[in-house]
Amino acid sequence: MSTTGKTTYEIPIGPIHPALKEPVMFEFEIDGERIVDVNIRLGHVHRGIEWAGTRRNPIQILYLAERICGICSYCHPMSFALAVEHTASIQVPERADYLRVIHAELERICSHTLWAGVAAHEIGFDTVLYVTWQVREKGMDLIEYLTGNRITKGITMIGGVRRDITEEMIPKIKETLQYFKANVEKLRHIILDDKTFKLRCQNCGVLTKNDALRLCSVGPTARASGIRKDVRLDQPYFAYGDLDFDYITPDVLTGEVHGDVYDRIIVRLLEISQSIDLIEQCLDRMPQGAIVAEPKIAKLLENLKKVTGEGIGRMEAPRGEVFHYVKLTGNDAPYFWKVRAPTYNNILPWIPMLLGQQIADIPIVASSTDPCMSCTNRVTIIQDTSRHQLDKEQLHQLSIEKTRRLQT
Amino acid sequence: MTQPNQLTPEQIIQSFQDAFPANITDTRIEKRTNGVMKTEANFLWMTLDKSIFKEAVKHLFTFDAFPHFAVSSGYDLGDTIELIYHFSLYHGERARELSLNMKVALPKANPSIETITDLIPGALISEQEKQEMLGVKILGIPKDTRVFIADDIPSGVYPWRRDETGPAKLIRNLHEGDP
Repeated sequence: MSTTGKTTYEIPIGPIHPALKEPVMFEFEIDGERIVDVNIRLGHVHRGIEWAGTRRNPIQILYLAERICGICSYCHPMSFALAVEHTASIQVPERADYLRVIHAELERICSHTLWAGVAAHEIGFDTVLYVTWQVREKGMDLIEYLTGNRITKGITMIGGVRRDITEEMIPKIKETLQYFKANVEKLRHIILDDKTFKLRCQNCGVLTKNDALRLCSVGPTARASGIRKDVRLDQPYFAYGDLDFDYITPDVLTGEVHGDVYDRIIVRLLEISQSIDLIEQCLDRMPQGAIVAEPKIAKLLENLKKVTGEGIGRMEAPRGEVFHYVKLTGNDAPYFWKVRAPTYNNILPWIPMLLGQQIADIPIVASSTDPCMSCTNRVTIIQDTSRHQLDKEQLHQLSIEKTRRLQT
Repeated sequence: MTQPNQLTPEQIIQSFQDAFPANITDTRIEKRTNGVMKTEANFLWMTLDKSIFKEAVKHLFTFDAFPHFAVSSGYDLGDTIELIYHFSLYHGERARELSLNMKVALPKANPSIETITDLIPGALISEQEKQEMLGVKILGIPKDTRVFIADDIPSGVYPWRRDETGPAKLIRNLHEGDP
């Protein structure tokens, strides 16, 4: 038997994800309890959606893009629509710009509350999971009321949106916003003032500002490291240029930036309040008028078939910048379509966040960027089950045990 | 972050043309407006010669200490493979950010380009993706492994290619049944 001087050992975690319900593969090098190296592999739910898109017309792609991700089922088709509108120089009616903001911010509220529940679950606070998801459920009800669907909303159209928000719908929206306001304050208290939450999340999974910039991180992950970066403000689309709001970094609340998991929680919770405010501003200021540039879809498709050119669509999804590129060459289907979800850019920042952490911190650190693998991956399957694996349940148990240790 | 001496889109294009007089073509600035206040968004495009690509990326740092790299797109045009590197400059202030898209054509016979990960480490996954999807060789890439496509997809098949190295042989249409 050969001997080795190596003092570390390796733990593969995944492809079934340790923290979320989506597959990703981590290969950790561990020294005792401490992580000294990590390798990340993706692609387990890559479905070749971009390739499939080059065999469909732009209207069909809207519905395909909606299925890239269940949580970002609005921002993907909308970014694609922005890219096509850019390519074909389509000017969106002003009312549609406001309606687009309302749906985008509703998606953000639902995504951030969903995430807060998952994060709480990862460190063993399942009661918080139930509270946050109860709040989210109200948001889902409102989305269903406004679009007809909870998840795949079918609201996006190239040149506008498919359904208007009429006067009689406004009381229901305002009632739900009031419900959110009352509960966001409660969530902030439950999560941010809790001693154990602080023990588990402060100084844990730190991403420095410099690393966040060098690794091109986006969204709340970047903002929690103190970077003023938000596509809604940096390069306004929809009606964001008309609205009154500002970048949210953790120092807004605490006066300091640490770039840890706790700061990522602060940013997302504050953004829920910001989204409520943005929807209210839209309801107050929304002009009357058309909701789509070209209501006849056959005519729109016929026009798009004549377009040659390229364009990009960028928007601030709940997890950060979503980016779509489209190249049209005068055919039914685009010549090329590139989808870049925010998690794509937030994968590399995981490495500095995880180095030096304990095994039990993996779930909360990994989930702190709110990763979305289906968005990031788009062909087939890797089989890599020959080695011993620490499965999700064992890992989750380790995380709960650490919380219990800190409490005693 | 507040950027001192922020340049206009026209000045940025001019700066590239001054720095690389013979190697920048097809420059264009597109402006889009949104909302009631017609807030303007600027999109800059340029085509670079491969020989100055790396220098042109370095040139970005004269405008912004941390140019943001979104992703690179790439497609097969028959004789060439065209890559587009999508950057943005000047984040941190309202409506001041610019999108900058740099296009570079690589001959199909030798589709290779230098890595930019030494300048922007966050470009790694995007470069790995271009290698496996388009068969572009990224020279000096720090991690030369697959990131998205599965290990059981044979080497020499590139899903985004439109020639014989494309994915045609691997496609199975479910409605046609098993072979």
